[in-house]
Amino acid sequence: MTEPRPLLEVSRVTRVIDGKKILDDVSLSLNKGDLKVVIGPSGGGKSTLLQCVNFLQVPNQGDVFLDGVSAREMSRHNINLFRQKIGMIFQDFNLFDHLSARDNVAIALRKVKGQKKAKAYQRAMEELDRVGLADKADLYPSQLSGGQKQRVSLARALAMDPMVMLLDEPTSALDPELIGEVLNVIAQLSYSGMTMLMVTHQIGFARHLTKEIIFMEAGRVVETGPPELLEGGPGGGRAAEFCAKLAEVTGR
Amino acid sequence: MDFFKNLFSPEILRAITDFSQSALFIAQGSGYTVALIALAMLLGLILGLPLSTITVYGPGWLKKLTGLYVWFFRGVPILVLMFLIYFGFFDLIESFYFKLFEERLVLTPFKAAVLSLGLASAAYQSQIFKGAILSVQSGQLKAALALGFSKKRAIIHVILPQALRISIPAWSNEYSILLKDSAIAYVLGTMEIMARTRFMASTTFAHIRFYLFAGLLYFVLTWLGVKLLAVLDKKVRIPGLAHDVFRAED
Ligand SMILES: Nc1ncnc2c1ncn2[C@@H]1O[C@H](COP(=O)(O)OP(=O)(O)OP(=O)(O)O)[C@@H](O)[C@H]1O
Ligand SMILES: [Mg+2]
Repeated sequence: MTEPRPLLEVSRVTRVIDGKKILDDVSLSLNKGDLKVVIGPSGGGKSTLLQCVNFLQVPNQGDVFLDGVSAREMSRHNINLFRQKIGMIFQDFNLFDHLSARDNVAIALRKVKGQKKAKAYQRAMEELDRVGLADKADLYPSQLSGGQKQRVSLARALAMDPMVMLLDEPTSALDPELIGEVLNVIAQLSYSGMTMLMVTHQIGFARHLTKEIIFMEAGRVVETGPPELLEGGPGGGRAAEFCAKLAEVTGR
Repeated sequence: MDFFKNLFSPEILRAITDFSQSALFIAQGSGYTVALIALAMLLGLILGLPLSTITVYGPGWLKKLTGLYVWFFRGVPILVLMFLIYFGFFDLIESFYFKLFEERLVLTPFKAAVLSLGLASAAYQSQIFKGAILSVQSGQLKAALALGFSKKRAIIHVILPQALRISIPAWSNEYSILLKDSAIAYVLGTMEIMARTRFMASTTFAHIRFYLFAGLLYFVLTWLGVKLLAVLDKKVRIPGLAHDVFRAED
């Protein structure tokens, strides 16, 4: 029996900015339904990696394959089609300030997918309902709490029916009491089979949901393994060391 | 009381009716002035918006070109521009047109004034829009691209709607400046407020009276326009955004 083809494959990606290797020969792959967690110290290249996956930053070397389709090949024709299939969640939400929650979710359906307003709105309401914000549909981003904003941005990404979700520290701009509501949505998503690559420092959360932790430092994948990787103990590697430090800081 | 007798003497009464007729003649120039700056501001908007977008997002060589445009039209006095366009550019077009079609094409002073004010305003407006575009949080463009928007469509649907809203107060300022710049158009012989005022003043020698009246007209037009834009600003304001809170105080 052969391994199934990975849904998302990052193949030997190198990214150089100003002569500095921000990403150095990074490879990883996700099968359908996987949730993999990327951790590592600040400046290690985690955000850059995620942005290379949907070619918001074009890797200098290497390629990304989504369901076997090459991003580099797509970027010669229409990279926007490739990006449509990959949802992205940002640390600071990046909601469109001039649009209500409903329109934030609907705008890409209308302007990218060309759907009629009524259809897009119906889908937007379904997605807002999924993240528990149906009653906030008419509010604008600046009238929402951080946790609500992030949930709207999840709804916005999900409405596009992505094959994969990239999440870049989705909870690190949130007050502690708001983190739970966002993590809940992400956990639900994972249970329902969504394929996700997530950068987070929520080690406890990661431990429960992921099969694999990817530890990045200085642009390289240093360690990869199951969550026990983080437990440390004698012979604990860099990842365990990092986690111990993190626990010291957060008191967990 | 001699004073009151004099006040209602036939001469003064005639002077008053004369003045109100002349004033009416001058006030009718408001139509020209308003049309002139409405068209000039529109031209400035139509040119200024792409200019600013290119200045922020365009490739390097195009940025240089827009920089050159802004540098030129901000540097040349509006009066010089009007003469250049009316006596240089328009003459050129007219003679070309005549050679091509054996027909006269009449380019009016009014059109030259609109073009001069509009081209200059485009330079200033592009700077207003540029600042507004830069003040829209750049993560929003990234988010739009990640959703599958092309860069052009992301700019049109996400960045510019916000930038235009932010621009309204500065735009209102540009209106009041342009309105007063439009007074220079009298040199080409457009029948706007200033041209009429000069005509009346120089035929009756009642300079102070007429220029004060013209000043009053400009004042009212400025006030009206600024008020109108403030209403627009309020109407399109994004609920809950920071500037909303700050300005709620006034
Ligand atoms: N546009 C850029 N120009 C120059 N250097 C950059 C640029 N973007 C990122 N870098 C550098 O690349 C490195 C990796 O940045 P990146 O944001 O990917 O790190 P990160 O792991 O996400 O860090 P954090 O945990 O703080 O978010 C950093 O050293 C950063 O200074
Ligand atoms: Mg980061």
